[in-house]
Amino acid sequence: MTTQTINFVPTAQPPERKATMVDDFASPLIIRGRHDMCAGCGEPAAMRSTVEMIHELGYTNRAVSVFGIGCYTGFTPTMNIEVLQALHGRAPSLATGLKRVRPDSIVFTVQGDGDMVNEGLQEVIHAAARAENITCVLLNNGVFGETGGHMTATTVLGQRTKNTLEGRDAKAHGYPIRVANLLAEVDGCVYVARGATNTVGNVWHARNMLRRAFELQAAGAGFTFVEILTMCPTGWFIETGEAPEYLEDKLAPVHKIGVVKDSLAGNA
Amino acid sequence: MARELLEGSDAIARAMVSAGCRFFSGYPMTPFTEVLETMAKVLPGVGGTCMNAESEIEAVGMAWGAAAGGVRAATGSVGQGLSLMQESLSELSYARLPLVVLNMARGQGDYFQSTRGGGHGDYRHIVLAPSDVPEAARLAQLAFHLADVWRNPVTFLGDYYLAHVQEAVDTSPIDFGPVPAKDWALDGKSSGTAAAKVVSGIVVTKRDDPQPISYGQHLMNMAKRVQEIKAGVEPLYEAVSCEDAEVVVVAYGTPARFLRYVVKSLRDEGLRVGLFRPITLWPFPSAALAKAVRSARSLAVYELNSGQMVEDVALAARDKPVDFIGGVSFDEAGFGIAPALTAGELSRTVRSYMRGVTA
Repeated sequence: MTTQTINFVPTAQPPERKATMVDDFASPLIIRGRHDMCAGCGEPAAMRSTVEMIHELGYTNRAVSVFGIGCYTGFTPTMNIEVLQALHGRAPSLATGLKRVRPDSIVFTVQGDGDMVNEGLQEVIHAAARAENITCVLLNNGVFGETGGHMTATTVLGQRTKNTLEGRDAKAHGYPIRVANLLAEVDGCVYVARGATNTVGNVWHARNMLRRAFELQAAGAGFTFVEILTMCPTGWFIETGEAPEYLEDKLAPVHKIGVVKDSLAGNA
Repeated sequence: MARELLEGSDAIARAMVSAGCRFFSGYPMTPFTEVLETMAKVLPGVGGTCMNAESEIEAVGMAWGAAAGGVRAATGSVGQGLSLMQESLSELSYARLPLVVLNMARGQGDYFQSTRGGGHGDYRHIVLAPSDVPEAARLAQLAFHLADVWRNPVTFLGDYYLAHVQEAVDTSPIDFGPVPAKDWALDGKSSGTAAAKVVSGIVVTKRDDPQPISYGQHLMNMAKRVQEIKAGVEPLYEAVSCEDAEVVVVAYGTPARFLRYVVKSLRDEGLRVGLFRPITLWPFPSAALAKAVRSARSLAVYELNSGQMVEDVALAARDKPVDFIGGVSFDEAGFGIAPALTAGELSRTVRSYMRGVTA
């Protein structure tokens, strides 16, 4: 019997090239270090995609983010990008004021479903109707993650939360709001898309949605909206590894992934 | 610029534009509506923006965003509309934004709302309360100056009379001196520079900041800031024949204007009465009041409410007796002319109070 030694990492001589670290792949708009989200959270991939797209498009020195209040507010100190912090639900009106006085900037809001669809639904609808030249990004996981897993206006029927213990029941708790579809009906809103971060392919599609939205804003086309479905295994009370599939099986059939509206498609 | 005959609302709006206000957002509500109308008419001509917000909450949000962009911005309403804005009026104080907020109040029931704030936490707005149109035009401009100097919201407390009285007024720009550069304002240019700016009432530093500030530390810093503003803002007031007064009447805003006339005519009759009118309601001119009432036996506070400023007067007057002689007075509409606000009736009120004191 012969034995074979395989040298995966040759140690006899110094390495020929510098070791590649995870951070080497990170966007220059992310300040190095770990994020403060739970394991399995879908928001970091969405946030990273957003700032990477700002960088790729060359909008870095024009970009201002307007943050709502939720788990994702924890990203604000971790990004090398200007931040205007809004109250819960109020990011679109702050973004409006800012964009109106700084029309050359690229302004995007980051809100969760609790923030945008519960607390501040009228803000985003009016911003769309005014054709504000801003991009609103919704991170939708169908649950109040930061408070520990409570029902939001986008929670799908049957979903268990801390205040819908037997699952959301239409009779008792009403129906989920599909805000992207709602906004698509609003004149002034030129682009609406819904992506997700549960698979590599979906992240790629979401990046392209963000690209389109930011490019349209830069062209002064009007209001653009990108919803991104994100995993929240903590707030869904499931194993981390089950979350991507849960998103596919429970959330995505209600909040359908894809481009909902692109008024200027073809004129790009 | 020469003086022109203007309605108060017009004068306030034009003065704000003279002060460099280039963003205004509001939601119609009487008697604030007329200011909004004039801003909508005047601002576009000077390259500014006037937004017809869909609610008071959005109005203050828009003004907040514009202020964060470094532009002189204002919003407003009447007390009822400002009730809706309170969460924002608190939080943008924590974010240290210089915003001017008009309260074209109905009556004087909003003294507490203005000087204490109806929002959460420890914050204060600087509060300016004019009593006639020329003063309103001046204070509307001073409001922007103070907001920039202190990086803090300033509330301009007007009322129905101030909004609708026509007076000869000069609304041309007033130079109050230099203000600090707005190097904190957002425009996107600092993104990607490793020193990206943050305008927030919560997270005020990035994680690679050599001197990170926690939320808790920020709240403590802001509490200190309130004391600095209180100590630093020059309290404004008017004292009329207080030197040898037996009774000093204390009033602010439009009622003080009536009482100035009443006090002068009672003086002509030989009654030793004075008037003290706070112009900054916060910081309250406590030291000036204490000095002005040294000869007085007692103080009579007149407000068109059930007694709000009387608490600040009592704190400032220390050992002097302080009585409330005002009260709520409304017409049928609930926001217009106060029937009690006539020179005759006020004269009777002050005279009868003095009889009680000197009896």
